[in-house]
Amino acid sequence: MTERIVVDPVTRIEGHLRIEADIENGVIKNALSSGTGVRGLEQIVTGRDPRDVWAFVQRVCGVCTTTHALASVRSVEDALDIKIPRNAQLIREIMNEAQFVHDHVVHFYHLHALDWVDVVSALSADPEETSKIAQSISDWAKSSPGYFREVQQKVQKVVDSGQLGIFANGYWGHEAYKLPPEVNLLAVAHYLEALEWQKEIVKIHTILGGKNPHPHYVVGGMATPIDINRDNSVNASQLTQISEIIDRAMEFVNKVYIPDLLAIGSYYKDWLHGGGIQNYMSFGDFSTGDVRDTKLYRMPRGIILNGNLNEVLDIDLRDPEQIKEFIDYSWYTYDGNSGGGKHPWEGETTLKYSGPNIPYKNLDEEEKYTWVKAPRWRENPMEVGPLARIMVGYAKGQPEIVNIVDDTLNKLNVPLSALQSALGRTVARGLETALIVQWLRNDMDALLNNIKNGDQVTFDRTMWDPDNWPKEAKGVGWMEAPRGALAHWVGIENGKTSKYQMVVPTTWLASPKDNKGQSGPYEAALKDTPVIDPDQPIEILRIIHSFDPCLACAVHLTDLKNKKTTEIKLS
Amino acid sequence: MRPEKTIYESAIERGVSRRDFLKVCTALAATLGLDYSQSGKVVQAMETNKRIPVIWLQLMDCTGCSESFIRSSHPRTENVLFDMISLEYHELLSAAAGHQIEENRERIMEQYKGEYILVVEGNVTDDEFLTVAGHSALESLKETAKHAKAVLAYGSCSAFGGLAAAKPNPTNAKAVSDVVRGVPIINVPGCPPIAEVMTGVIAHVITFGRLPELDRQGRPKAFYKLRIHDKCNRRAYFDAGLFVESFDDEGAKVGYCLYKVGCAGPTTYNACAEMRWNGGVSYPIQSGNPCIGCSEKNFWDEGPFFTRRAKIPGTQTTINPEKVGLYATGATAAGIAGHAALTAMKKKKDEKANSEKNSSQEG
Repeated sequence: MTERIVVDPVTRIEGHLRIEADIENGVIKNALSSGTGVRGLEQIVTGRDPRDVWAFVQRVCGVCTTTHALASVRSVEDALDIKIPRNAQLIREIMNEAQFVHDHVVHFYHLHALDWVDVVSALSADPEETSKIAQSISDWAKSSPGYFREVQQKVQKVVDSGQLGIFANGYWGHEAYKLPPEVNLLAVAHYLEALEWQKEIVKIHTILGGKNPHPHYVVGGMATPIDINRDNSVNASQLTQISEIIDRAMEFVNKVYIPDLLAIGSYYKDWLHGGGIQNYMSFGDFSTGDVRDTKLYRMPRGIILNGNLNEVLDIDLRDPEQIKEFIDYSWYTYDGNSGGGKHPWEGETTLKYSGPNIPYKNLDEEEKYTWVKAPRWRENPMEVGPLARIMVGYAKGQPEIVNIVDDTLNKLNVPLSALQSALGRTVARGLETALIVQWLRNDMDALLNNIKNGDQVTFDRTMWDPDNWPKEAKGVGWMEAPRGALAHWVGIENGKTSKYQMVVPTTWLASPKDNKGQSGPYEAALKDTPVIDPDQPIEILRIIHSFDPCLACAVHLTDLKNKKTTEIKLS
Repeated sequence: MRPEKTIYESAIERGVSRRDFLKVCTALAATLGLDYSQSGKVVQAMETNKRIPVIWLQLMDCTGCSESFIRSSHPRTENVLFDMISLEYHELLSAAAGHQIEENRERIMEQYKGEYILVVEGNVTDDEFLTVAGHSALESLKETAKHAKAVLAYGSCSAFGGLAAAKPNPTNAKAVSDVVRGVPIINVPGCPPIAEVMTGVIAHVITFGRLPELDRQGRPKAFYKLRIHDKCNRRAYFDAGLFVESFDDEGAKVGYCLYKVGCAGPTTYNACAEMRWNGGVSYPIQSGNPCIGCSEKNFWDEGPFFTRRAKIPGTQTTINPEKVGLYATGATAAGIAGHAALTAMKKKKDEKANSEKNSSQEG
């Protein structure tokens, strides 16, 4: 007997995602992933000053706030062939690395942990035992029995008040929760600590970009001036403040996040569902020099197909045959047709809702069912994100990645294939955080050194004035965002934005079926997963959260070349 | 059902000392712009009021407002979530998903009719452009707003339509106030708003049991009555007529005014210059970046952002404080350099400058 279950809204993610799953004999036979909202941002930026576009598209997402702004300024600088000053390169790297660390820590504790951690169970923990466990896995200072007792009392009072707030109506007590109460208490304590800590690391953005969320950028470098002796520039005192924040971030990642991840992971290493497709793609990033020089990437670029780590293929984002977006199951049309694929350069966004009458009970996977398009690389669905980066980096032999992966697999006593699962994805996210927080330290040291050597330049004004631009230009800005490979394609004509297209991580991940009927990564990862209780499908949340969805990003793809009229048809 | 604890009780039970509790109240009073003698009112309100149930609907948003909210340093996020409010429906933070979280919404609407606060983040859109739980988000908004004590429209999207409503507005994006009637609405614009402004508005409602005083655009006067220009740390350079001509030039390093590279501070009502961001660390202008005016209605269509603004401030200077508010915005761009030069002269010859204020008018 087949039963269809619906999870809508999927919470603890960015944006609006709906999952429908057919369960047969306790196992997911088939799943459907639908993005249920759209804004059409690419239409909005067309015709505007290319130097302003970063601010618009930055608002694609306020969680990965910074990544779309960076991809945008990179695309315009690619189109106009602008080389930004060394200090600006380093400041942008530092801001991006700070974003990754913030994003991954918040994802782990606040968006994902409650799939593995039972808050209510923490109430029956022995704080003495929790303290012993904490001290056995880390030398983080806040680990006394008294501290954990206090946290436990806080949770107890929230529960006793009858107003559970954000913890209301969770799947507490579900048999899929495997942690002992003491480890649950440890995780809850760190949930609260991380909530406090995340406010600190973003101050790097505030100093260098004025605020967070949504710090400021500028095409050609950074507007933030450096002068170590002046109070209105980034000066010695602010640089010291950033340095200290970075040191505290390293400490938090290495003494709290990573030990918690491995401790929790060790209880679930038998739950290896959620692997899905084994095609991995990374555009690569974290250059030690120019962002377009792929040889200088600390996070390597490449493609792995069908889990074959012996061969890493190359990617060309400018090649019209490689990346295409399909709309056979998405609420769009191309040139008036309801199907087909287009390279982002020729992209089009004509919204056309053809779903069921609202309100509806179910979507139909044989018809169009989402606002998310289906991007494909040479007609293959691709997983992007931490796991993809780690797999590509491992296959390419990047020493830091090989070392940390081998070391972790040893500690957990699992094979490499264990990474190809929901939990593996979550572990991969933690491992890259450990690397990136170190790169953050290195880049800050490089910045300090560069300034010490007398370079205080942050902005290149040679191409600022549109009078100096070619009449027509086009560029692509790519990067690795926390959720995966991201690229923006821009066209510039007579000083205005003539085209703008974004193909973003969650579009790859949450994509529906394509022209060949191939499922995207979410749908594929859910398939064949056993579900204990269809009324409390914690397994679906675990798998979907392991990808860290960002739906606001996913549904803003591609724009129209010639500003076609938006066509809306209600069924 | 157990009776709800007061904020004070729940804080004390959660291990907060009386001393720390008072400190929180004093910080709150400062956030609210109250003088020290008023902090007693905050203490009293916190001691006697229950945690207010909050339903937080995310419409077409970027989650940037939620992210800003959790950056609050006074009151701290944890205190807000566990001592001041009971956040029962929030797509970003709620443990519950699917029908379980929808049950939370229905339960609060039923159990706390007329008492809960509805927070809205993101713009309203036509039915087909956003469904949640298979329902039109627009209909769910109307339904949830109906019996709310008040609606807090966090961010420029929910307050004014925001980004999605920028031309050509492909999805018919609108503000909350365009579709919700009969319930008090507090607009808290900004992209996103400052964390302490967001939590400060909630604190006001809890403390005084009524809405803060609002201006004509529905914004709390406590945070939006002054332009960024009025409290700007670069203001002296504006008055002296000293401007950054290009990013990272010598003037930028000294801290000259950013007006000529596009700063919208003179026409933007927000508390950035006073409260600053992320615990008071900085704000865009301080970091060398021109303000893009993100708390103003339709600011997305007021670009380009990095060329001198068409509208310039009037003659508000520190020399004529009594005139503040009489002159808002609206003179021509060409007037700015002249105005600034005049301002400099004004310091020596106040009366002459007053007679030449003709370049400004109510905007």
